[in-house]
Amino acid sequence: MQGRSASFDEMFDGEGRTRPAYAEYCRWFHEQPPELMRRKNREADDTFRRTGITFNVYGEDAAEERLIPFDMVPRIITAAEWRKLSKGIEQRVRALNSFLYDLYHRQEIVRAGRLPERLLRGNDAWLANMVGFTPPGGIYTHIVGIDLVRTGPDDFFVLEDNARTPSGVSYMLENRETMMGMFPDLFSRVAVESVSNYPRRLARSLAACVPPAFTGGKPTVAVLTPGIYNSAYFEHAFLADQMGAELVEGSDLRVTEGRVQMRTTRGYKPIDVLYRRVDDDYLDPLTFNPDSALGVPGIMDVYRAGGITIANAPGTGVADDKAIYSFMPEIVEFYTGEKPLLPNVQTWRCADKDSLAYVLDNLAELVVKEVHGSGGYGMLIGPTSSKREIAAFREKLVAKPDNYIAQPTLALSTCPIYTAKGLAPRHLDLRPFVLVSPEGIDITPGGLTRVALKQGSLVVNSSQGGGTKDTWVLKD
Amino acid sequence: MLGRTANSLFWMFRYLERAENTARLLEAALRMALTRDLVTAEAEWRSVIATLGLRSAYEALHDGYDGMQVWNFVLRGPANPGNVRNMFGGVRSNARMARTNISSDVWEAVNENWMRLEKLLARPVGQTMVGEALSAIRRAGTQVHGAFDGSILRDEGYHFARAGTYIERADSTARILDMKYFLLLPSLSYVGSSLDTGQWEQVLRSVAGARVYSWLNAGQIEARGIVEFVVLDDRFPRSLAFCRNALRENLAALARMHAADGRCHGLMRDSDTHISHLTVDQIFEQGLHEFLVDFLARNAAISQAIAQDYRFHA
Repeated sequence: MQGRSASFDEMFDGEGRTRPAYAEYCRWFHEQPPELMRRKNREADDTFRRTGITFNVYGEDAAEERLIPFDMVPRIITAAEWRKLSKGIEQRVRALNSFLYDLYHRQEIVRAGRLPERLLRGNDAWLANMVGFTPPGGIYTHIVGIDLVRTGPDDFFVLEDNARTPSGVSYMLENRETMMGMFPDLFSRVAVESVSNYPRRLARSLAACVPPAFTGGKPTVAVLTPGIYNSAYFEHAFLADQMGAELVEGSDLRVTEGRVQMRTTRGYKPIDVLYRRVDDDYLDPLTFNPDSALGVPGIMDVYRAGGITIANAPGTGVADDKAIYSFMPEIVEFYTGEKPLLPNVQTWRCADKDSLAYVLDNLAELVVKEVHGSGGYGMLIGPTSSKREIAAFREKLVAKPDNYIAQPTLALSTCPIYTAKGLAPRHLDLRPFVLVSPEGIDITPGGLTRVALKQGSLVVNSSQGGGTKDTWVLKD
Repeated sequence: MLGRTANSLFWMFRYLERAENTARLLEAALRMALTRDLVTAEAEWRSVIATLGLRSAYEALHDGYDGMQVWNFVLRGPANPGNVRNMFGGVRSNARMARTNISSDVWEAVNENWMRLEKLLARPVGQTMVGEALSAIRRAGTQVHGAFDGSILRDEGYHFARAGTYIERADSTARILDMKYFLLLPSLSYVGSSLDTGQWEQVLRSVAGARVYSWLNAGQIEARGIVEFVVLDDRFPRSLAFCRNALRENLAALARMHAADGRCHGLMRDSDTHISHLTVDQIFEQGLHEFLVDFLARNAAISQAIAQDYRFHA
């Protein structure tokens, strides 16, 4: 039961009383016949399977598609909490964009001695050919996902910034659709902020960033996917469909007359804005990975010449680096002149000798992560690891300390999930989705709540057996 | 529309049609096997394998033509990459690729049926299950077509899908006829003496036309009438004439939308001048087999021209 008693529960206070945000939901829940809830719970799975909301797990049979388990108990955030959170998120995203601009221009932050230069040189996501180039509208991160965790009533922390290609927004939307389909009466009793216009906002946000070569009329927007075997293909198709954009693969595209053009039944047609869901490395075989069949040869030249907008801009992954993350409080202050509204989780950079010594002494209590890692892979969770696992990790850490950061094992908040035996608390996090355009920063209320389904587990990643919940922001 | 998407819609419906036609072929053979002697049944299973062009692949694996072996080979045999299970997998992966150009109704019809068929075809299909499996395959076609008709915008994607349907259906009907053509030669040139109306009925049943035919012909089963019905009767939705008319209409719609003719339109016109005036007597005169071989070649050439004209591939 590690974590349970020490953790903040979103639904119940320490005395087992329902918190006000959940009051109406709980009243409704207790009015439902238990058999009905059991049946609805089974139906939810069928709905997802039928509509094909699946993902592929890397390393497994390519043809296998899995569901991300959906839990039908919503995670609820009050209007006041959300106002506070969204202010902090906006500040952070503003800082991230300014930071990326600065990194690829004068690097004032390095000159000012606030960020060590080695962090850039050693960063795999750093792209030398973005230096001195300004993307259309000055926007680097059109779409950002900020991962938040909570440990107490007023204690939200940023766990991770996803500036490269945050995924999961389709689950945010489909979870809500599913909830409204299953429990329409619930939504007439509780006033919840809508999320359904996210695709429209995304389309508008992307269309506001046309490149200099745009010739007028309606901008042509396309979503670039690696194809149907990619783990997030469902989401790529979903977003393209909802935005009314074309869903293209590398093989549909080529560079002619200084534009990136897609092969239509009527011939080649230029693309103005490309929402790419392909990593930098695969974007342009001429510039990056020559073996890539997923990208478009020459797209980087077109980009630099103003022939296309790429969202997110190549090279934004620098900001996802966990060593950079550890400097985010300084970064926010440097570019906004304000104190960060949302704190970081305390982070030890193993590249520092003193920090490394501390981390090695306390491995059993800490979470250690690779600086470039994601998806919950390649990390150590001290308290839930065996002595052998810790010893093995220690060796990797000593061999390559620069590659790691460490954080305290947080008592992530819990929220009940529905189980056959009734409600049971599980740890969770929250990923709000943020759109950035020259018109401003636009945050969809709520986001994606990821929840560990195993009792006591702190790993919420879907690739590691985590599930999701519908996320409600209450109206005032 | 992307050329690749047009390709996906075209092939999604070709595979759907192929799966459905294959199920009909098996159903007809199954019925014959249940009602006739063993020798006739074996000949019928052999003809199913031959019609589908699977003889060498099948014979590499099996000695005789046992029904259960044949339908398992056709439905799910790993040594047969063109098995129905894979065909329906092709329907689904093309639907996934064209996901932004089909409605949720169509996608869900495809996906639900795929899940059902995956379950039905996951293990060898025995005597008691084969009927259910075959009717599930046919129902899948019906449901997808129904969802498609009721929810799809009549833009070029619709016409690529329809063109794929009718090219595949014409191909299938012509192949079934060709396999039995020696049964359908006019009375003077009957080969052998083992012919009976049961065999002719089998042709009709394989193209789902037995009931309609006997209704139209007051139960008179004769070769000339069958060929006329299956080749020339443009009221019968699986006849060659019907498929050609439907294909012509869909190609014309594409030409209108693109404000241009392609190579496929030229080939269609060309085939019209050669085929549309033919009477059943002229077809017998020229030889049914020769007629069908020419028909299949023209049909395939139009299919390839569509892919080229509309940039299905880079």
